[in-house]
Amino acid sequence: MRWLAEVHVALRPGIADPEGQTVGAALRSLGYASVSDVRSGKLLRIGFEADDHAAAEATVDEMCHRLLANPVMETATWDLRADEQIGADEALP
Amino acid sequence: MTLLAARPRVTVAVFPGTWSERDFLHVAESVLGWEARLVWHTETDLREPDAVVLPGGFAHGDHLRTGAIARFSPIMRSVEAFAASGGPVVGSCNGFQILTEAGLLPGALTRNDHLEFRCDWQALRVEHPSASAAWLGDFADGDVISLPISHGEGRYVADPATLDQLEREGRVVLRYADADGRVVPDANPNGSERGIAGIVNAAGNVLGLMPHPERAAEDEVGGSDGLRMFRSLGRWLHRRPAAAERRL
Repeated sequence: MRWLAEVHVALRPGIADPEGQTVGAALRSLGYASVSDVRSGKLLRIGFEADDHAAAEATVDEMCHRLLANPVMETATWDLRADEQIGADEALP
Repeated sequence: MTLLAARPRVTVAVFPGTWSERDFLHVAESVLGWEARLVWHTETDLREPDAVVLPGGFAHGDHLRTGAIARFSPIMRSVEAFAASGGPVVGSCNGFQILTEAGLLPGALTRNDHLEFRCDWQALRVEHPSASAAWLGDFADGDVISLPISHGEGRYVADPATLDQLEREGRVVLRYADADGRVVPDANPNGSERGIAGIVNAAGNVLGLMPHPERAAEDEVGGSDGLRMFRSLGRWLHRRPAAAERRL
């Protein structure tokens, strides 16, 4: 069955995130004075085949470790759902 | 006699998006009279090199992360084997990023702290040149040299334990410095931890650096401190019997 993983890759806490800092400064300059911390990241939507949820979970975990995130400086978290739940407008090409 | 005539043979790896391979080729062939060849990233035959270069550029468009995709190119299996056998490997700029992604060097390189792309001449302090006889044999501890930098993602990061280990083992060989060789925050062009611009592996044969030695090999283009790395390599190869034997 088909699965959709939305993988979010971000710099580890403690690694300076200049892009997030710059966006934070821009938000404050627009009047959002309460903005104290912005972290940037990358969203990867991955459609793939797997037999069941456990296998899909294991595959995403492996993808993150092998390629999607560099553990020296990044973390990866993800949401995983079966493809049937995806609306037509969300479907991957 | 053949031994004296042996010319070093350098293989320069080329990935889609690499941009410094011709400069390395020029230095090796035209400036030094060495043999050099470009090898495409999908190949695995390195053509029996004495040394391997991973040049700068934007391999695979720097997509996902710098070097993240290049490290899986077929040529990297051969580069890893060459490095494991003690062969000299240098990665400059994007090549350094690929070496860290491949795990041949520790740490990682990420976005400059000010988000700007920096293209400039940069003073560097040489430290522990004895850690890499192949690449730094012609340098003295504390030498201040000048090399071009050209990168947007050169901020070296690693966890404190790794940084401490690199320092303890004398494997931080280049640091961003001012003209007097002082490693001060104002001289750091990208926010690298501890001003680190170049490191070597434990065996000393793999060097990664963000600056571009190949762009500083002739005084006519502004400086020749980069050429000293190639000369170090040439002398090291001549002292190494194995390299000469392979040529006989």
